[in-house]
Amino acid sequence: MEYDTIICFEIHVELKTKTKLFCACATEYGAPPNAQVCPVCTGQPGSLPVLSKKAVELCVMAGKALHCTINATSRFARKNYFYPDLPKGYQISQYERPLCENGYLEIMSDDGQPYAVGIRRIHLEEDAGKLVHSADSFEKSDYSLVDYNRSGIPLIEIVADHTRNPLRSTREAQAYLETLRQTLQYIDVSDCIIERGQFRCDVNISLRPKGSQPFGNRTEIKNLASFKSVVDALSHEIKRQLELVQSGGHVFQETRLFDEEKRVTVPMRTKEDAPDYRYFPDPDLVEIEIDRAFAENVKNNTPELPEQKVNRLIDKFGVSPNDALILARDKNIANFFADCADHCKDRKKLSQWIIKELFKLLNQASTPMHECSVSPRDFSDLINRIAQGEISDKMGRAVLEEMFETGASPESIIVKRGLKLIDDTAVLGKAVAEVMAEHPFAASQIAQGMTKPVGFLIGQVMKKTDGRAHPKIVRDLIRKRLGSKPAG
Amino acid sequence: MELCDHSAHELAEMLRKGEASSREITESVFKRIDEKEDTINAFITTTREIALKQAEHADTRFRKNKKASLLNGIPIAVKDNLCTQGIRTTCGSNILYNYIPPYDATAVRKVLQNGAVLIGKTNMDEFAMGSSTENSAFGPTRNPRNPEYVPGGSSGGSAAAVAAGESILAIGSDTGGSVRLPAAYCGVVGLKPTYGRVSRYGLISYASSLDQIGPLARTVRDCAMLLNVISGHDTLDTTSVDARNSNYLGCLNKGVRGIRIGLPKEYFVEGLDMEIKDHINRALTMLNGNGAEVIDISLPHTKYAISSYYLIATAEASSNLARYDGVRYGFRSKDGTNDAAAMYEATRSEGFGSEVKRRIMLGTYALSAGYYDAYYTKAQQARALVKRDFDKAFEKVNCIITPVSPCLPFLFGERIAEPLQMYLVDIYTASANLSGLPAMTVKCGEVGGLPVGLQIIGKPFDEEMLVRVGHAYEQITGNA
Repeated sequence: MEYDTIICFEIHVELKTKTKLFCACATEYGAPPNAQVCPVCTGQPGSLPVLSKKAVELCVMAGKALHCTINATSRFARKNYFYPDLPKGYQISQYERPLCENGYLEIMSDDGQPYAVGIRRIHLEEDAGKLVHSADSFEKSDYSLVDYNRSGIPLIEIVADHTRNPLRSTREAQAYLETLRQTLQYIDVSDCIIERGQFRCDVNISLRPKGSQPFGNRTEIKNLASFKSVVDALSHEIKRQLELVQSGGHVFQETRLFDEEKRVTVPMRTKEDAPDYRYFPDPDLVEIEIDRAFAENVKNNTPELPEQKVNRLIDKFGVSPNDALILARDKNIANFFADCADHCKDRKKLSQWIIKELFKLLNQASTPMHECSVSPRDFSDLINRIAQGEISDKMGRAVLEEMFETGASPESIIVKRGLKLIDDTAVLGKAVAEVMAEHPFAASQIAQGMTKPVGFLIGQVMKKTDGRAHPKIVRDLIRKRLGSKPAG
Repeated sequence: MELCDHSAHELAEMLRKGEASSREITESVFKRIDEKEDTINAFITTTREIALKQAEHADTRFRKNKKASLLNGIPIAVKDNLCTQGIRTTCGSNILYNYIPPYDATAVRKVLQNGAVLIGKTNMDEFAMGSSTENSAFGPTRNPRNPEYVPGGSSGGSAAAVAAGESILAIGSDTGGSVRLPAAYCGVVGLKPTYGRVSRYGLISYASSLDQIGPLARTVRDCAMLLNVISGHDTLDTTSVDARNSNYLGCLNKGVRGIRIGLPKEYFVEGLDMEIKDHINRALTMLNGNGAEVIDISLPHTKYAISSYYLIATAEASSNLARYDGVRYGFRSKDGTNDAAAMYEATRSEGFGSEVKRRIMLGTYALSAGYYDAYYTKAQQARALVKRDFDKAFEKVNCIITPVSPCLPFLFGERIAEPLQMYLVDIYTASANLSGLPAMTVKCGEVGGLPVGLQIIGKPFDEEMLVRVGHAYEQITGNA
């Protein structure tokens, strides 16, 4: 029997707000432990939550970008469970009436067609703190310390809808994650840096016989630290389930963990062990009312979405559709291009230099674009100098490398290194004459009107000038010496 | 009559005229505490040194002739479930026996900013769960009118302190009657404001949708004076309401002429002590004689109030009390150090008293999968019906008068073994919490030396009516 795979993500995204969801504490990453805490986010007796308007705006913005209905009224609920990183013994989340419902995200499907993956809901909730164990797990540790800096940082949970255009393959799953992350980065609700826990994936997988309606039992995989882990976990889990059903076994509903070492999924808890969270409306928080003006205002303040950006790169700057797609993958790169383009005539060269040269440097240093030390003004200056032939491509690469490392301007690097091309005809003429004298055979061929040694002679002039000779002028000078070809 | 036996209003006058200093008043209060506290046990913590310092400041303020608040220099006691920065706040529980809050509750901050002198933190039923102050981890409080009897609860310490002259004013909290019942049993005035009138920030939650902070004092006027200070919107509590802030002292003398008083028939049924019923009827006759109209009304869903109250309150409590896990503050058991679950179990088993554990279990059950709709949802529906009864009644009347308690103060141990008997003591008070309405207790006579309380329930945010009717009644009876 053949089976269809059904993949359904639950993704937690940390919102980019300056303060926490229910108190005024800072949210800066990497602060010393418990430096960003107060009575509210450490669950002191008597403290009460006060909702951040900014977080609601960002959640609604994400909802709009993912084509959701924004509920006119929404409620917070308490999810009750005990864990040392959860200071109140419950997480303030949403259960009934989340902020956003019934949306979709369009991705490129396996058959190359646009495919609108259903999104069931997006809700707003608070993050928990972080445990620091004295050994590598809670169980093995003599003690554990708790850092509440993360406690109360706003998260949105984006839950896909397995009944409306679910993902059907690992490749589609990857496209979904990438497109979702790109979209959220574009509208600036989150930086979505996975390593910092700003984009966390749980995923549900089930199989059903091709053409059948009812879904098979699903397993949920938690603890996925990277996109690669997601892909590996999915591949393993799909294979595991397939082997099970094909050998006449059953898939049981359970939660599994992905073992980062062995790259396999392992059981965590069964359906029977699933905790009863005893959700109920949080009486400390009043109902949220989203009126039309609020939603409209959020919509008007929503930054450009990826597809709008691609279209603008093509229409306004004449970038090829292919280059536009590549540039737009990262909003910061697309913005960098747009900023450079204002000062650059040769936009083809500009896009190529970004895609080839700048990408290479960013990748080598694994630096995100927004931390890149090259300013758009300097980068466009460099491209202009290359386009005008003031420096060669090769020198350009060297200059860019130094710009990337030190943040210095191309002007200063060129002057310092004496890289500026020699364009003085007298100086270059002398060099050409010397090279001709040194290579009588080539010279004689030139004299006979043969173009074959031109390249060789240019190379020799370059060698003599440490590569600083203006290649176009040298070429012209050599070609001037071409004799007329003997007839026949 | 000693200084500590005067009303806050009288003391404020004396302070202004220079007839007494805050220091003298404060010393008088502590002298009374020294005399009586061994018997009464109204306080879990007294703050003598802090109080004397605050009294000095208050006196300096008067000397410099600065415009001083009416509360300036007046002693106040605060229930031990309101956070006081740097001062131990136990909530009457072993699980918080060593908890020192890093911040002040909004109501506390307000009274201190107004120059009030903090006498100490008053005894209470653990986590405000109880109607007799017998459930305190720090021993029961005794009724100053007769130490054989309970003072009512859960704000029993606050009521007893005011009644005994161990404080002039007090702050309590009321979730199902916890200000009004002890006020009635100790023969003082207690007011539960409209839900949202006073910020709950810093009030250690029992049941968030029902909890409200309220004043206790010896006169309606003193209650109004304190309510003036603690009420108002607070950005730290989103359930506090940005309502018109009244001057409750301004409406004291408006009298009851033309006021329509509702008398709900469901409150005068079997189970009500006949002598209490007689006292209430006598009070109504007097009010009627002074121009008020008494109208029979019906609140048909009253019978559902106590059961829905105990479901909603315990459900919320089961979640509110989850934070007491021994991780960050308070008591942590020496047992159960193997893993986190064992630590929670040992800490919570040892740290909480039996009534608290009973309510956590009830509430956890009510919220559990498969039971939620039958209990929690149903209780919320009943709550809506109870509230609708009041809405309808208030179309016809300005306020409603009822007994506070179906029985007189009872003896220690009389009801503690029978939780259900204890729960029924709240039968006349819980409806106002379910409906979010303001309600006040005033003293209405005595039976065998034990006080009888009368409850006045008002429309939402119409505390003025309570103060007006309550003060008029005091004037008629010569109680104030």
